[in-house]
Amino acid sequence: MNPTGPLNTPRPGSPASLDPRRTDFVGLLRHLGQDPFASTGALAADHRALLGDHRLPEVTHGTTICALRYADGVVMAGDRRATAGNIIAHRTMEKIYPADRHSGVAIAGAAGAAMEMVKLFQLQLEHYEKLEGVALSFEGKANTLAQMVRSNLPAAMQMGMVVVPLFAGYDLRRRRGRIFTYDFTGGRYEETDYQAEGSGGRDARTTIKLGWHDELTREDAIELGIQALYEAADEDSATGGPDPIRGIYPLMATITADGFVEVAEADIAERFGALIERKRRVIGSAEHAAPATPVTPKTRAPKGGASS
Amino acid sequence: MSMPFYVSPEQVMNDKAQYARKGIARGRSLCGMVYAEGILLAAENPSEVLHKISEIYDRIAFAGVGKYSEFDALRRAGVQFADVRGYQYSREDVDARSLANAYAQMMAHTFTNEMKPLEVEILVAEVGFDGGEDQLFRITFDGVVLDEDHFCVLGGESEPIAERLKASWSDNLSLGDALRTARAALAGPDRTIDAPALEVAVLSRSNGRRAFRRIDGEPLAQLLAG
Repeated sequence: MNPTGPLNTPRPGSPASLDPRRTDFVGLLRHLGQDPFASTGALAADHRALLGDHRLPEVTHGTTICALRYADGVVMAGDRRATAGNIIAHRTMEKIYPADRHSGVAIAGAAGAAMEMVKLFQLQLEHYEKLEGVALSFEGKANTLAQMVRSNLPAAMQMGMVVVPLFAGYDLRRRRGRIFTYDFTGGRYEETDYQAEGSGGRDARTTIKLGWHDELTREDAIELGIQALYEAADEDSATGGPDPIRGIYPLMATITADGFVEVAEADIAERFGALIERKRRVIGSAEHAAPATPVTPKTRAPKGGASS
Repeated sequence: MSMPFYVSPEQVMNDKAQYARKGIARGRSLCGMVYAEGILLAAENPSEVLHKISEIYDRIAFAGVGKYSEFDALRRAGVQFADVRGYQYSREDVDARSLANAYAQMMAHTFTNEMKPLEVEILVAEVGFDGGEDQLFRITFDGVVLDEDHFCVLGGESEPIAERLKASWSDNLSLGDALRTARAALAGPDRTIDAPALEVAVLSRSNGRRAFRRIDGEPLAQLLAG
């Protein structure tokens, strides 16, 4: 066996056809006969033939995720609910993952396929970094994810296993936060300032839109993310809000030049507590106040820093 | 009429081994040792981009001496082996022992079946987590695996260096002490090695999931100065 061959060649002793310049982990798996995207499409086709479209099982779905740019990088946030049809499938699902040191990926859509895609994506970035000694460029990472979403297209078409990731992080070469979104065909779109995906994405996006400006601090950005998830959960039944009874809160992370850092759960819980308190005051004063007092607008809590 | 000469298998193996040893002896040596926080790997290497020491997986590092192209190919194969195994099973199921065995198979196969043996000697190191043992596997050009305790030396003049390490190594060395010990052992009594000519990396228990970290530039100079 040639020393350039893989140690895990299926048939030891066979001439290794592996290209030593290969840096693509998915490509390596395919070479070893373990294409991670191969079975989904074929299985789906069998399923359709056997059962017919209307009897496809409900697929577990992740719901609302968002990312927004601020002065030092980006904030990513995601709720914790996974649904299967109209059932809550999981209350503690994690939708924000570090992709590598300086980037993160958030997932909405079919949960099983999405989590597998995240795992492959993380491995791909680490695999490249170890083989080449340097990390991929931010652009390169975004393109890699696009190829993975594209590879999932058969499953998306045949079984409705659509995965919509959100890729965000800090571009060390351009020295700023960047956000990419994808459609299920693998289309890759760079967002300038913020984006939200999933069933509650529209409400989250609108909330961010109303509060976003170019010089948000970390505090402001986290607060805006909290508000966005709150409003999404308020309007969308598939998005989980803060759950103080079980102590389950949405996950958030910041990504700056210093890397991916999760926001402490206690911090998130406290911010949600403060937000709920503000909401209660606003709504309470509107509903129960004497007619003589001026009515506070019902729609939004005061925006701005955490101290408000 | 020409007759092929008979050469005994013993002679063939001896010739191959001698050829491989000569190739390995041309390069500078490398050492790995257990210290308080994990495993230190140090090599004399004037190049800053052609590494002798690299990361394989979360707790596993690779180091090689001899012909660069050959041990770099082995390194890449190791990364592929580890990443595929971690993907198939779990990250916890990737260990230095199975990797060292895979290397040994491959190198022994090359030694017996190929015309030219590999002119390399490699080290597979694994830092133990949660009470696990730190491990150092040295694999020679003919595929012999040696499970080393505390420290090991690879390369041409490995014996005098190992003697020096045996005299100076002790349990629970700090990073700085371990590094100075390694440098003194690699250099010998008659010369010193400057920081730029030293390639250093650690597998440290305090680095989180990916234990591997290179130490170079200013931090390395400071550690060497003590």
